[in-house]
Amino acid sequence: MKELSLNILDITENSVKAKATLVEIAIEENDDILTIAVTDNGIGMTEQTLLSVTNPFYTTRTTRKVGLGIPLLKFAAEQTGGGIEIVSKHVYKYPKEHGTRIFAKFFKKHIDFTPLGDVISSIVTLVQGHPDVDFVFKHTHPQKNLSVLFDTREVREVLEGIPLDSFEILTWIKDNLTEQYAQGQ
Amino acid sequence: MKSLAELQAIKEKMKSKIVLREGSGEIRVVVGMATCGIAAGARPVLNAFVEEVNNAGLYDKVTVTQTGCVGLCQLEPIVEVYEAGKEKVTYVKMTSDKVKEVVEKHLKNGNIVTEYTVASVN
Repeated sequence: MKELSLNILDITENSVKAKATLVEIAIEENDDILTIAVTDNGIGMTEQTLLSVTNPFYTTRTTRKVGLGIPLLKFAAEQTGGGIEIVSKHVYKYPKEHGTRIFAKFFKKHIDFTPLGDVISSIVTLVQGHPDVDFVFKHTHPQKNLSVLFDTREVREVLEGIPLDSFEILTWIKDNLTEQYAQGQ
Repeated sequence: MKSLAELQAIKEKMKSKIVLREGSGEIRVVVGMATCGIAAGARPVLNAFVEEVNNAGLYDKVTVTQTGCVGLCQLEPIVEVYEAGKEKVTYVKMTSDKVKEVVEKHLKNGNIVTEYTVASVN
């Protein structure tokens, strides 16, 4: 992946596939470290699945036998000296508070650090593809005075039934995020 | 600031329009957005379709959706076009520039852009 924002898009698709109704994507940065946490309320993974997800030869897809989403994120983090952590509660064992949290830590000054890239585009793409799922997006960088917060539940409340994947709404989301980023720098 | 108040105004404007849109879906454009597609550049392709379909005024007729892996990862980004009563058209190795052409020629005027389809790959 050329941008970490593409890894975010890819990993979040797993949350949606796990029937999540709410996914939080949180990016926290300072001058040295960038962390990404994707937390969902989907069905979660069993302990056995959890052990195998970082293995490229494990996949839920049926069209071929490799799955590279999590391994690619892991690789991108580890090549900077960081790593990933996954915590998951499967719905069978935790009927009330199930879900998965994937956390990745990157050292930004490492030569192999992949730039974050166009994260706004990833958020808009997620909303376009899954207009009925709620997404909360946070991005903070205190040294740059950056504090972006976007929550589709707020948008949904205003819209009263107008689908979030309407062109006008997607454009508003993109412009809203662009302005929030501009305020930070 | 693109505030929630502004969103409210957009909503009021759209309320009247939304009724017209509900008969849509004559043509369905499906973009492969699994790991393979995303890594190959499916995100800008998808967003270009959303934008170009709107710019061409085709939003009543065309819906743009996402799917997982189509199974031809080496040919990603892959876009499938479904139209009632017609055979599925599969475009491969798509780019934002190709999207403009496909929207104009195929979705608007009904002429398949043969050189971008999977049939032309050999």
